Amino acid sequence: MKTVSLTIDGKRVKAHEGEKVLWAALDNGIYVPNLCTLRDNSEPSAACRLCFVEVEGKKQPVPACTETIEQGMVVNTKGPGALRLARTALELLLASHPVDCAHCPSSGSCELQKIAAHLGVKLKTRRFRKLLRELLVDSSSPVFIYDPNKCVLCGRCVWVCRERLGIGVLGFAHRGFERVVTTFGDGPIAESKCRDCGECVVACPTGALTFKDKQGTVKSAHKERVETETTQ
Amino acid sequence: MVMTEEQARVRQQTKRILNRFGRRRGNLVPILQKVQGEIGYLPREAMLEIAEFLDMPEIDVYGVVTFYNQFRLNPPGKHSVRVCLGTACHMKGGYITLDAWKRRLGIDRGQTSPDREFDLDTVACVGCCVMAPVTVVDDKPQGKVAPTKVDGILLSFKLEKERQGEESR
Ligand code: SF4
Ligand code: FES
Ligand code: FES
Repeated sequence: MKTVSLTIDGKRVKAHEGEKVLWAALDNGIYVPNLCTLRDNSEPSAACRLCFVEVEGKKQPVPACTETIEQGMVVNTKGPGALRLARTALELLLASHPVDCAHCPSSGSCELQKIAAHLGVKLKTRRFRKLLRELLVDSSSPVFIYDPNKCVLCGRCVWVCRERLGIGVLGFAHRGFERVVTTFGDGPIAESKCRDCGECVVACPTGALTFKDKQGTVKSAHKERVETETTQ
Repeated sequence: MVMTEEQARVRQQTKRILNRFGRRRGNLVPILQKVQGEIGYLPREAMLEIAEFLDMPEIDVYGVVTFYNQFRLNPPGKHSVRVCLGTACHMKGGYITLDAWKRRLGIDRGQTSPDREFDLDTVACVGCCVMAPVTVVDDKPQGKVAPTKVDGILLSFKLEKERQGEESR
């Protein structure tokens, strides 16, 4: 495969032709916040608006997950315009997130914590009025617990269940603030066609999907896999 | 799981409608419209049948049904109540009107009263903003619907029902 060379944050890097800026940056040790895409997703939805970067010659910041690299491209992941957009997107997410890290099994491996630290945003940000969804936690599955209140609607689990595994139990339903990741008819996971593989849990960047251990309590060791997958 | 008679009937009815369509996912919305047109709403069994026909995840059919205001998951009531929450009606207290309807009918938006007399839902601007806040009752827009007017509308339905009851006696 042909390689292309470009500059990211002043560093000369090489990546495969056709690669997206996001993966070129991550592969070269330059972190760009991201939630809604996975490497094997060839049609990123660019929904989370966290991966904005600035590209020389472009007037507006662009999402790194959909921007294809070009020979000689000059990318700045720290441009003030891009960071402003990313911070606002994160603050909006946090405004409807419980931020109950002290009791969350994903604390320490949560992408939200990581992104907040990277962008210099406080988890308890006050910029937007707090508006929580009070949704029921689903612990019907023998392998995992689903807490929709912590879901950021990134769609990773939906994509994995459907495209990578070809099962298609999870999806988006309802509209606006009521939008949720759910099953057919909003039924419990245990009554869906779920095969208990747990791949959605591995994909989830937050504490929305967490494994139960044999005793039925929650554990979060699996999250290490997510870390290596998304930051390699 | 054994199917009830009603579920089996819905399956049959849906299958008959599906015969008129090609198995293209692009047909989803027209199919849903047709099925709702004939059955009055979109029962679970109908959605399952449609998902199978179009070879798509069931949740995606459910996702589309819950996305568009036009589709209903509950059987329609005898009278339909549509509270406008468009910009003008929102500014003029559309939510207060909605709350009044909810409280009087004892149901949430998207639901049907247990006696199947009324179903309640919201719409976004029906094009007569000067009358805000608007509630469309049985396709007729009612203007300046304050909670007291909600009582008035319900009372007139009640009286009408009593009159009909007397006439048929
Ligand atoms: S449950 Fe997790 S992976 Fe699924 S959409 Fe929510 S945050 Fe993303
Ligand atoms: S990762 Fe690019 S918009 Fe979400
Ligand atoms: S906003 Fe209600 S009729 Fe226009």
